[in-house]
Amino acid sequence: MSTRFQAALDTVTRVRGVRGAMLVAGEDGLVVAEALMEGIRGNAVAALAASLAKRLRRASETAACGLPQFVHLQASHGSLLAAPAPSGMLLVVVAEADINVGLARLEMLHAGEAVA
Amino acid sequence: MTQTRAVEPWTLEPLQRFVAESAARLALLTTTSGQVIAQHGFSRAVDVMSAAALGAAIAASTSEIIRMLQEPAFRALSHQGQRHGIFLARFATPRGPLLALVVYGSDSSIGLVQLFFEQFARDLAAACPAPEPGKQVLAADFERDLNASLAALFGR
Repeated sequence: MSTRFQAALDTVTRVRGVRGAMLVAGEDGLVVAEALMEGIRGNAVAALAASLAKRLRRASETAACGLPQFVHLQASHGSLLAAPAPSGMLLVVVAEADINVGLARLEMLHAGEAVA
Repeated sequence: MTQTRAVEPWTLEPLQRFVAESAARLALLTTTSGQVIAQHGFSRAVDVMSAAALGAAIAASTSEIIRMLQEPAFRALSHQGQRHGIFLARFATPRGPLLALVVYGSDSSIGLVQLFFEQFARDLAAACPAPEPGKQVLAADFERDLNASLAALFGR
């Protein structure tokens, strides 16, 4: 894996409550780089998160809201965070339910800039 | 209306589930020699037969290149076009290897197709009945079997 991608993911996974971070090819839903805890199916999360992001983008554009900048899916046992990264990639984070979303979002945006 | 049809009934439910989950536009399940087992989304018999023959030929030629490179057996190929993607994969069942040819559009992705294909292959292997004892292939049976397959695949 590219050390640049690895370093970017490391800054995100250092946030308390983050169980894993991935760079995903947005159109393909394939994993570009990942740093995940054991038990997380990276390829499944990547494919489904990319599909979700694509549909949300369509919904957002249809509602004349422009492109989504950040997605926070809050579930009963955790959260899924996603933010667009350069070159059509998507930065996806799997997190605990009690994660500090603001801090995670900040680190995700920094990570996105770092892989540009 | 797009329909899923199968010559082998045990393939129908797994194929319907795969198509629904992956949002595939076309799906074709064949033997490695191109004999059609099930299809989704095709409206003309000639398209099915052409796609089956081409899929089997691609898998065969890729397998030969793989053999020359002394790599393990052919598993999957994908092509990403502007409007459609194509995914061709070979997988094992108790009745021998099968091929799946999947065409998807912008409402799906190679990641989704690959993800649900893994489950599809497992479902088919689990649903597959025990292999039948080999029987002699007679020319007289060929046309009847072919017509029966086309009737099952296109309902006529």
